[in-house]
Amino acid sequence: MTIGVLALQGDFEEHIHKLSCINVPAVEVRLPADLAGLAGLIIPGGETTTFRNLAESFGMIEPLREFGKRRALWGTCAGAIVLARDIGREQSVLGLMDISVERNAFGRQLDSFEVDLEIPALSPAQPPAFHAVFIRAPAIVRAGEGVEVLARLPDGTIVAARQKNFLATCFHPELTADDRIHRLFLEMVKASG
Amino acid sequence: MDEQKITGSFTVKKGLAQMLKGGVIMDVVTPEHAKIAEAAGACSVMALERVPADIRADGGVARMSDPGLIGQIMEAVSIPVMAKCRIGHFVEAQVLEAIGVDYIDESEVLTPADEEHHIYKHDFKVPFVCGCRNLGEALRRIGEGAAMIRTKGEAGTGDVVEAVRHARTVFGEIRRLQNLPDEELMAFAKSIGAPFELVKETKELGRLPVVNFAAGGIATPADAALMMQLGMDGVFVGSGIFKSGDPARRAAAIVKAVTHFRDAGIIAEVSRDLGEPMVGRQISTMSKEERIAGRGW
Repeated sequence: MTIGVLALQGDFEEHIHKLSCINVPAVEVRLPADLAGLAGLIIPGGETTTFRNLAESFGMIEPLREFGKRRALWGTCAGAIVLARDIGREQSVLGLMDISVERNAFGRQLDSFEVDLEIPALSPAQPPAFHAVFIRAPAIVRAGEGVEVLARLPDGTIVAARQKNFLATCFHPELTADDRIHRLFLEMVKASG
Repeated sequence: MDEQKITGSFTVKKGLAQMLKGGVIMDVVTPEHAKIAEAAGACSVMALERVPADIRADGGVARMSDPGLIGQIMEAVSIPVMAKCRIGHFVEAQVLEAIGVDYIDESEVLTPADEEHHIYKHDFKVPFVCGCRNLGEALRRIGEGAAMIRTKGEAGTGDVVEAVRHARTVFGEIRRLQNLPDEELMAFAKSIGAPFELVKETKELGRLPVVNFAAGGIATPADAALMMQLGMDGVFVGSGIFKSGDPARRAAAIVKAVTHFRDAGIIAEVSRDLGEPMVGRQISTMSKEERIAGRGW
C-alpha cells in the first residue's frame, strides 16, 4: 500500500517522513501519471494559490477529482482548503468535500498557535489530547450533510472533519510526533480500497 | 480558550517556513507587483521600497521600508508577507512586528545598524529569516532565534555564483560533521564558532534544524532548479523578476521550475521565450567594498 503526497509546494517531506516512521511507503506526486497505483493521497500544508496555479498548469485538477471518486484523500491546512466545496469569494479548487472553509481564519502569523484538542474518534476510547499546531490556519465554518465533525476548538470552531473517503484538518499533524491522525487516515485508505 | 493557546513558539515560527518549502518568495515594491507575484504562484512576498539591484545603484543608507507601503502590500495579497530590517536594528524589527508582518528578514541587503551584534530574535513572536555563508554562521543565527535560514549569495547581481558557493559550503560542512565521532563535535563547534547543541542536532538530523532557502543572484528558472538540486528547500528571487523584461511570465516560470526541479523537460519548456533577464553584474569583477555578503558575521 503506497500513499502519495502532493508535492507541488509545501511541507510534503514532513508527511513522507511521518509515514516512513510508521513503515508506510510514500511517494511525491507532481504530475497526473504519479497518481497511478496509489492507495490514498495527502494534500499537505502550503499556499493554496500556489497549489491551484501549479495544479491547473500541469493538468492535475481533473485527475485529482477522479482519484477522489475511488480513493481516500486527506488535506492538512491548505490541503483542507483544496478539498473544500466552498472557500469564500474564490472558486473552489477540487470542491470534493461538503465543507465551507474560511482562509486565514485566525489572523496572520503572529496569531499562529499550538493547542491541545480532544478528538474522540481516535483510538483508544477516551484518547489523550492531541497537540495540534495551527499555522495561519483556516477554519471549517460549515459542515454539510454527512460530514462528521472530528474536532473543535474550545470555542466551538470546527478544525477537523471527515466525509466518506475525505479527511480535512486545519492543523498540521505532520509537524508533531503524535501519529494517530496519520493512522486514522490509513484506516480510511484501507476502507476505500 | 485563549489561555490554552500558545502563540509565538519556536514550533509555530519554524512551522510557517515549513509551509513555504518547495516555493518561491519574491521581492515586490508595490501592491501591484505583489498581486502579480501571487497570481504567478509565489508562496510569499518580500515587501520592499527598492529591490537590491536598485539599492546597489542608488547607494546611500538602505533602511527598513515605509510601514505604510508594507501595510498596503499586506492588504493586497492573501499569501504571507515578509519585510526586511537592518542587521542589529531591533527597533526596526519591533516596528515590523507591530504592523504584523509574517516574517522578518534581518538582512545584509540593508545597511547594517550594528557591526558586532545581530538581533536577539528569541525575544520576538514574529519569526526571523537570516542569511549565511557557511554552517557556523547559520547555526549562530539559529542560536539567536532565527527560525529560517537562507544563503546570502550576492543580492542584486543576477549572478548565482555566490549562492552556489554558500549552499555547497553549508552542505559540505554538514556532510563532514556527519562523519565525525561525538568526541570531536566540541572541537568542530569551536572551529566554526557555532553553539555546541545545534552542532549536535545538525549531525543527528543530517541537515540544518530549520528550513534553508537559496537567495542572492537567482535570475532564471534554471538558476532556481540548480539551487533546488543542490538540496535547498526553496528559493528567494529578489531583483531577478521585476528587473526582467516580462515579470509575470518569468515569475510563473521560476515557480514551475522549483516544483519540477528534477525535470529538465519542464525546465526547458518554461524557459522558452521568457524575454530579457535582468541585466546582471559579474561578481568577480566587483570590488570588495561593493559586495554585501560580507556584512554580518
